[in-house]
Amino acid sequence: MYTDKVMDHFTNPRNVGEIADANGVGEVGNAKCGDIMRIYLQVENDIIKDVKFKTFGCGAAIATSSMVTEMVKGKTLDEALKISNQAVADALGGLPPAKMHCSNLAADALHEAIKDYISKKGK
Amino acid sequence: MKRIYFDHSATTPIDRRVAEVVLEHMTEKFGNASSIHSFGREARKAIDEAREKVAALLNAESNEIFFTSGGTEGDNLALKGVAYANRKKGTHIITSAIEHHAVLHTCEYLEKQGFTVTYLPVDEYGMVRVEDVAKAITDKTILISVMFANNEVGTIQPIKEIGKLAREKGVYFHTDAVQAVGNYPIDVKDMNIDLLTLAGHKFHGPKGVGALYIRRGVRVEAIQHGGGHERNMRAGTENVPGIVGLGKAAEIAQSELNSKMAHISALRDRIIGEVMAKIPHTKLNGHPTQRLPGNANFSFHFIEGESLLLNLDLKGIAASSGSACTSGSLDPSHVLLAMGLTHEVAHGSLRVTLGRGNTKEEVDYFLEVLPAIIQRLRDMSPLYGTSAHTKVSNPCSDCHVHAH
Ligand SMILES: Cc1ncc(COP(=O)(O)O)c(C=O)c1O
Ligand SMILES: [Zn+2]
Repeated sequence: MYTDKVMDHFTNPRNVGEIADANGVGEVGNAKCGDIMRIYLQVENDIIKDVKFKTFGCGAAIATSSMVTEMVKGKTLDEALKISNQAVADALGGLPPAKMHCSNLAADALHEAIKDYISKKGK
Repeated sequence: MKRIYFDHSATTPIDRRVAEVVLEHMTEKFGNASSIHSFGREARKAIDEAREKVAALLNAESNEIFFTSGGTEGDNLALKGVAYANRKKGTHIITSAIEHHAVLHTCEYLEKQGFTVTYLPVDEYGMVRVEDVAKAITDKTILISVMFANNEVGTIQPIKEIGKLAREKGVYFHTDAVQAVGNYPIDVKDMNIDLLTLAGHKFHGPKGVGALYIRRGVRVEAIQHGGGHERNMRAGTENVPGIVGLGKAAEIAQSELNSKMAHISALRDRIIGEVMAKIPHTKLNGHPTQRLPGNANFSFHFIEGESLLLNLDLKGIAASSGSACTSGSLDPSHVLLAMGLTHEVAHGSLRVTLGRGNTKEEVDYFLEVLPAIIQRLRDMSPLYGTSAHTKVSNPCSDCHVHAH
């Protein structure tokens, strides 16, 4: 039911973990749903220097989290804000229809992390 | 890679001795049992023998066995059949919150037809309390339906006691014994059971065939109309190969039950003992002792069931989970929630159901690979360890909507 690309990111997730001195952190989902994604950012001069994730969830949740980190590393914040959940799913060669809702929130988590960075910077 | 099958509550492989007689009744003895010629008589005789074997497994009489297409049909026939045949007497039905959907959704349908249904709660081990059944009975109650053993957590219900109570109160008692038949001793007379559903594929028989035991004298209305098959209880040309296979599976189950139970429960006890000892933050779901011989069900905190199943599958191990992602709805298993588990813990459940073909080597391999898989998923989880909790935004507002 999952594409090879999903299984690749699921079995060898990229950028798992935390960034101790992250300057942007975002989390979406809830345990009730069965999917929680947290993204850590290290931003310098509006460029995402480093990104890591932690995810509680199904295969799709883990694969989309991994994929989004790969997609945004080295990108500007503007570029990263343009990435949608759909784009992440597309980059994985698609997700089963049942997974498009709850388990496809990695871009939302990324956007939350960017918002967190911007609001902290503003202070 | 060697594949290991730990999902016998989903279905079992057909015994080769069963497959042989099924094939014979597809190719050579293929007659329609209603025909008067020798082909028909041969098929009729085979059905009669199968009926005796199924009856023997339950300590029932053969004229109390009605063949169906499986567990779902048996549950539908029992509930709707009793409801429609007895609606003049009353319109109240009692069941439990942890039944299979074949019972629950049939009850919901009957509610739309004007019946009232009480869904009894269960305790933390997934067990119905007999006192709760007693309290729920009214003068309008016509049927109590409580499953023999739960398909997810394996808890065996106090069937004999509920049966006794029902008998005293003059209420019919049905039990969905799909998971128990062929895996656990059942005596419908001793246990005061009026109706019992079984399905062949859970004990090495074919899929798509089962039976409903209806004690003599119990009033049930047919729900499928047509020819006069199964003494007007279930119209349609008999599935002779399936029925013969079911009979053979019942015969084998009866003769091998004790050795099978001993073998499987020893493996299960090893799994439960080792998992609980070696993996921290783990909960055993279901009853510590009153459970199906082959069932082990755990919740591993901080992780989600589907990702666990995928990892096990990559190691060649087939199991199942009550997580939402594997149940096809947004909610995790209704059984685990009814037992009081939080959504989070219910999402992290793993069901391992053993069969007679499993070996100690397979169990050891499973015990060897499982801890590392769990640790890897926990290390990836934002719920585990010291990760500080940040503000959570939840963009998916319809997560809380129940799927049914
Ligand atoms: C307890 C229980 N009841 C009913 C059923 C439905 O049986 P079938 O799939 O044969 O229709 C199942 C099957 O999983 C079951 O476990
Ligand atoms: Zn959701």
